[in-house]
Amino acid sequence: MTDSADKFIIAGREFRSRLMVGTGKYASFEQTARALEASGAEIITVAVRRVNLDRSKESLLDYIDLKKYTLLPNTAGCYSADDAVRTCLLAREAGMSDFVKLEVLGDEKTLFPDNEELLKAAKILVAEGFTVLPYCSDDVIVCKKLQDIGCAAVMPLGAPIGSGLGIRNPYNIRIILENITVPVIIDAGVGSASDAAIAMELGCHGILMNTAIAGATDPIAMAEAMKLAVIAGRLSYKAGRIPRKLYANASSPLDGLIA
Amino acid sequence: MRIVVNGDAVEAADGCSVVALLLQLGIGRDRVAFELNGAIVPKANYEKQLLADDDKIEIVHFVGGG
Repeated sequence: MTDSADKFIIAGREFRSRLMVGTGKYASFEQTARALEASGAEIITVAVRRVNLDRSKESLLDYIDLKKYTLLPNTAGCYSADDAVRTCLLAREAGMSDFVKLEVLGDEKTLFPDNEELLKAAKILVAEGFTVLPYCSDDVIVCKKLQDIGCAAVMPLGAPIGSGLGIRNPYNIRIILENITVPVIIDAGVGSASDAAIAMELGCHGILMNTAIAGATDPIAMAEAMKLAVIAGRLSYKAGRIPRKLYANASSPLDGLIA
Repeated sequence: MRIVVNGDAVEAADGCSVVALLLQLGIGRDRVAFELNGAIVPKANYEKQLLADDDKIEIVHFVGGG
């Protein structure tokens, strides 16, 4: 059950699913395709890498129906604005789309964003006509700067990439949600379906994940769990939860109790 | 002539085009991007863009990633 009036719009494009998924780390291309299907995602991330000259002729895109999915190329592995911009230009040429997930990393151990280089790259890419979705820190100041530059969304991390630690600072995410008008998409950190539901209950517009699905014992089942969690979390947010109270409040009427 | 493709030395016919090189390497043109000495070659120019000795080439495509 989804609310058809509850639209998820990025840069004027409307999507039904608020779950975006990565395509890395799966056991096979076949498993990737099945997990994507089970997730219900419409936006999927891909990386840009050298063609292996002595490769087998199989490639990920042979398994993916490009009419069904919007490819979101990433700049994973880029540690400078220059590298990220170069990767985006190559991605646009290969994929014929302006959508990019911009990430500029600070170091290999944390994979935290280098926000200075990120802002630099975002400025160049927006000027080049890209629809920029930046992976960033859960920092409202950085998010504001990215929004002011013209990014189509902001994608703060919930926890380090691949860590599965969940949404570590929900208060920062709430501050971002209260002060940012472009879509806020949690990118990275989710470990299980409850983490995804928490992100959506906070009011995030979408969520992007890869390892939580690909690394699960049964990635296909986890993909479906994530799909349901994102729908449930969004509905729960829209429905408006009850206030938290320290003491009990009886659900059954007190009137008419037998004496 | 000898060119460098994705970091590897490759022998190609003197002055061959981008299209000819892709054919030689068995790479389809549709879902790749071709960078010649740091500048992207648009797909529309694959026929007329000729390569020269010692050119540095990057050919990239999409792979699984987050």
